[in-house]
Amino acid sequence: MSFDVPDDLRYLESHEWTTTDADTVRIGITDFAQDELGDVVFVELPAVGDEIAAEEAFGVVESIKAVSDLYAPLSGEVTAVNETLFDQPELVNDDPFGDGWMLEIAPSDESELDELLSASAYREQIA
Amino acid sequence: MAQRHPPLAELHADCGASTTPFGGWEMPVTFESIRTEHTAVRESAGIFDVSHMSEIEVTGPDSTTLTNRLTTNDVAALSPGEAQYSCITREDGVMLDDTVVYRLDDHEGYPAYLVVPNAGHDAQFTDRWQTHRNKWALDATVENTTDQWAMFAVQGPNSPELLAAATDETVTELGRFEHTPSEIEGVSCIVARTGYTGEDGFEILCPTADAEAVWAAFDCQPCGLGARDTLRIEMGFLLSGQDFDPDDQPRTPYEAGVGFTVDLETDFVGRDALADQHETGPDQQFVGITMLDRGVPREGYPIVDSDGEQIGELTSGTMSPTLNEGVGLGYLDTAHTATGHPVEIVVRGNPKQAEVTELPFVSK
Repeated sequence: MSFDVPDDLRYLESHEWTTTDADTVRIGITDFAQDELGDVVFVELPAVGDEIAAEEAFGVVESIKAVSDLYAPLSGEVTAVNETLFDQPELVNDDPFGDGWMLEIAPSDESELDELLSASAYREQIA
Repeated sequence: MAQRHPPLAELHADCGASTTPFGGWEMPVTFESIRTEHTAVRESAGIFDVSHMSEIEVTGPDSTTLTNRLTTNDVAALSPGEAQYSCITREDGVMLDDTVVYRLDDHEGYPAYLVVPNAGHDAQFTDRWQTHRNKWALDATVENTTDQWAMFAVQGPNSPELLAAATDETVTELGRFEHTPSEIEGVSCIVARTGYTGEDGFEILCPTADAEAVWAAFDCQPCGLGARDTLRIEMGFLLSGQDFDPDDQPRTPYEAGVGFTVDLETDFVGRDALADQHETGPDQQFVGITMLDRGVPREGYPIVDSDGEQIGELTSGTMSPTLNEGVGLGYLDTAHTATGHPVEIVVRGNPKQAEVTELPFVSK
């Protein structure tokens, strides 16, 4: 089975992705992660204004069969939360890099981007 | 101990099944997705490989007495072609397992039974039957035939027509918990109108060597243990080893909501303890819980009252694919078990509103 791994994103080993824009980045989980989880039924996310820290848990995603922590690829203040997921968590399965996004944050330390996996390195990890 | 594999393990892998260890067996957990498989069973039909279930055959002059003294229900009430749900209890009334006992056609002039406990319990209960036979000086043959049988469950509203097509119309005349010998693709099988989903359905026992032909005779959604779990939770059916377990969750049939399997008029191991509890009533009872707040109830989550005092614990839970609500099963202090009673479920440290719900969650 082959999974979508967009070239322009950066990845955590725990299967979260982030965009790389300077002011605001968007965060979600990968196609591989949603497939491993199966039907996503519940997402617990921080609120706008909360601070999250790189590689620390910021929320929870639950499928029918499993509960998984979500880890932050970058540190920063939450500027937007995809509240649509509270009513339609299945968007994480249907469109993990699009409508299934989870948070937007204002990153506080650009250098953290260098710690993340490139698309090719992440592809190797899930191969 | 090495993992055991169902006879069709390779075929399932070729169909894209992902597997999980369960009761010492490596079993398919999903073929498509839990939701797809669950919905197929509720709306049309699905087929499960349940070859991990244990099979123990008991024959001989004292087969009835032996099995009656080791299970809570009245085995003597069964005629050939009938089956009953029952429990296997210890001296203190605690359930070791739940099981279905099938009375087969007589063997050499004596009653014959097929006892089907849960996965991984075959050696333990074969030994239990043999040890008690010897202790009580009974004349019965007890054989562990688990590796000789494949077992499939065809479940859902369309299952009668699938069975009629694969064998003949007579199987669709079976009542609940009745069974009959039947040929499927030329293979001699036992077909029973039983299941674990709440839907109309059948369970089929066939010889291991012929499993592939029998499986292929049913053109419907293959389903794994994932959907089997969500379907049984919606019905409030117990999962052995999780909703009760002699070591980790010791419960009697009365606590576990299956007191209807206990016939106190029969003499069985655990009877006296259960007679006492029948008099006094259990301190806790197995209940259904529906989340009112957003959240998914899970095994091990505490049930608390509005003051935060613990009054019970969940043993199973999921997001119900049929209801799109969080539903859980667990044990609750008897004082709080009335339908509609408000409770809170502690989800990762946060209490969430919920209420006691009459089982099954999904009425059939």
